[in-house]
Amino acid sequence: MANYTTVHEKSPVFYPEYERKSEARGQTHYCPGCGHGIAHKLLAQAIDDLGIQDRTILVSPVGCSVFAYYYFDTGNIQAAHGRAPAVASAVKRARPGSIVISYQGDGDLAAIGSAEILHAANRGENITVLFVNNAIYGMTGGQMAPTTLLGHKSTTTPFGRNAVNDGYPLRVAETLSVLDGPVYIERVALGNAKQILQAGRAVRRALENQVKGLGFSLVEILSPCPTIWKLDAHQAQQHVREGLSSVFKPGVYCDRTKEAVPRPEPKPGPALTGIPRILGIELNEGASAAPVAAASVDLRIRIAGFGGQGVLMLGQVLAEAGMDAGLDVSWLPSYGPEMRSGTSNCHVRISSRPVDSPLVTRPAVLLALNEPSLRKFISSVEPGGLVMYNGREVPGDCRRPDVDLLARPFTEIADELGEPRAGNIVMLGALLRRIEGIPDASVDRALARVVKTQRWLEIDRKAIARGREVCHVS
Amino acid sequence: MKPGAGRGLVEINVEECKGCGLCTDACIPKVLRLSASLNRYGYHPVEYEGRGCSGCGLCFVVCPEPGALRVLKLAA
Ligand SMILES: Cc1ncc(C[n+]2csc(CCOP(=O)(O)OP(=O)(O)O)c2C)c(N)n1
Ligand code: SF4
Ligand code: SF4
Ligand code: SF4
Repeated sequence: MANYTTVHEKSPVFYPEYERKSEARGQTHYCPGCGHGIAHKLLAQAIDDLGIQDRTILVSPVGCSVFAYYYFDTGNIQAAHGRAPAVASAVKRARPGSIVISYQGDGDLAAIGSAEILHAANRGENITVLFVNNAIYGMTGGQMAPTTLLGHKSTTTPFGRNAVNDGYPLRVAETLSVLDGPVYIERVALGNAKQILQAGRAVRRALENQVKGLGFSLVEILSPCPTIWKLDAHQAQQHVREGLSSVFKPGVYCDRTKEAVPRPEPKPGPALTGIPRILGIELNEGASAAPVAAASVDLRIRIAGFGGQGVLMLGQVLAEAGMDAGLDVSWLPSYGPEMRSGTSNCHVRISSRPVDSPLVTRPAVLLALNEPSLRKFISSVEPGGLVMYNGREVPGDCRRPDVDLLARPFTEIADELGEPRAGNIVMLGALLRRIEGIPDASVDRALARVVKTQRWLEIDRKAIARGREVCHVS
Repeated sequence: MKPGAGRGLVEINVEECKGCGLCTDACIPKVLRLSASLNRYGYHPVEYEGRGCSGCGLCFVVCPEPGALRVLKLAA
């Protein structure tokens, strides 16, 4: 058998072996007869034909194809449910030279992700979307999708989808085609070899458009899901051809590729060093280049009080000051919907090492601006920690012998300075006496950055000085 | 070339095939069939009768597994 040459074989765009499971390195995880495998092959073929493997970034969704990254030897990102078009948009803008593909199921794209796809299409993002429509939620076991056919019995429509109760099958290709943004939208099907060959041409065109910079392309692929449809592979293919294709008609719904002008490459973004100037921030070069803070800092601070007491701002000043001192910081606010009078709290970390998590569940320092906050968080403070309380004394039942407690009526002290709302900053002054690692100059620069008016800056500077005193007098 | 072996040839990776049978439907000369034996994942993989393949590639087109099939053709 000397003279045989290979005409079809596994695409080099797939990994030779899949690392997903040690015992199944040769197979995909898809059910026998599943359309995802075919759609993967068409995509791989198009990537290979266009010679773009090295610059392709595939965004895989939540759904049965969540593991696409185990198969494609390309760049890969896995997005949250429905968000792939938003992620793909961002990746494309950040890396205009790459070819970015959003691969999505119908639950993912047409239900939870309906907003993302609509706006990506309407913006005409220069991405390619492969929309694998099997008219059901596959991965989660067969709930109705927006694309489920009328009368179809799913786990959530056990008597069959009924338009009165459940609405109509959503025609995505048609719906997106009324927008001005897309350049190319085609619906294809995987119902037999002929349809699959046509699907391959559409996928290739959709990618080619992106390579040429023409804009948003989407291919809707009607795809068999034999497992959930409870059909064998043969019957499922037939259902794609006859059932799905009669409701979702294959065809080209939008084609502006002739008149589309290649989008200009986005200008390269500003250099990192130029960003402070754009934001109007004056950086103290010396401070950020050479940390002047103590060598080993690990401040884990929780600040809590009523909304309006300046809880979040106090945290922000601390974090800014830490950053100014060249430390790694995080500031995580947590508050209710109320603008005033609800409770709010924030987590601040200031560290000489990279911050792993911004959450502070076991604070070394608790700043409680009111009694409910003290009650809520006192037990979370680590032994040996510091608690500052905005009040004359800590209520008896909140005392803890193993922590350092400091109670001062910070709001009243600020009131004596003429501005009760500066109580948070008086507290900051007191705190700075007790902790190490943040230089005074950094705190002052942080204040100047966070506080927007000169009048407040003066008040706050006085408040810090006063805070230091009241703490000292203790 | 063995007499009657055909212009084409199909090679099957039995460990990647899931026995869905889509290729047997698509093959026009009907030279593919599901094997009576099981592969190590418990599927009946497809097998080639050994003659009559035209090398048309339709089996490859419809197959969902990236690496289950390889189609070869007699060089002109
Ligand atoms: C935010 C969120 N909500 C719900 C889920 C559960 N979930 C996982 S897959 C899925 C549906 C996927 O259906 P589809 O997009 O049609 O893909 P298929 O599995 O059919 O390929 C859902 C609802 C999730 N993972 N994340
Ligand atoms: S459940 Fe359906 S979509 Fe998911 S892998 Fe199986 S056949 Fe494919
Ligand atoms: S189509 Fe592919 S997976 Fe299905 S039986 Fe044929 S070779 Fe096996
Ligand atoms: S290449 Fe064509 S003739 Fe040969 S086995 Fe495949 S489908 Fe049949």
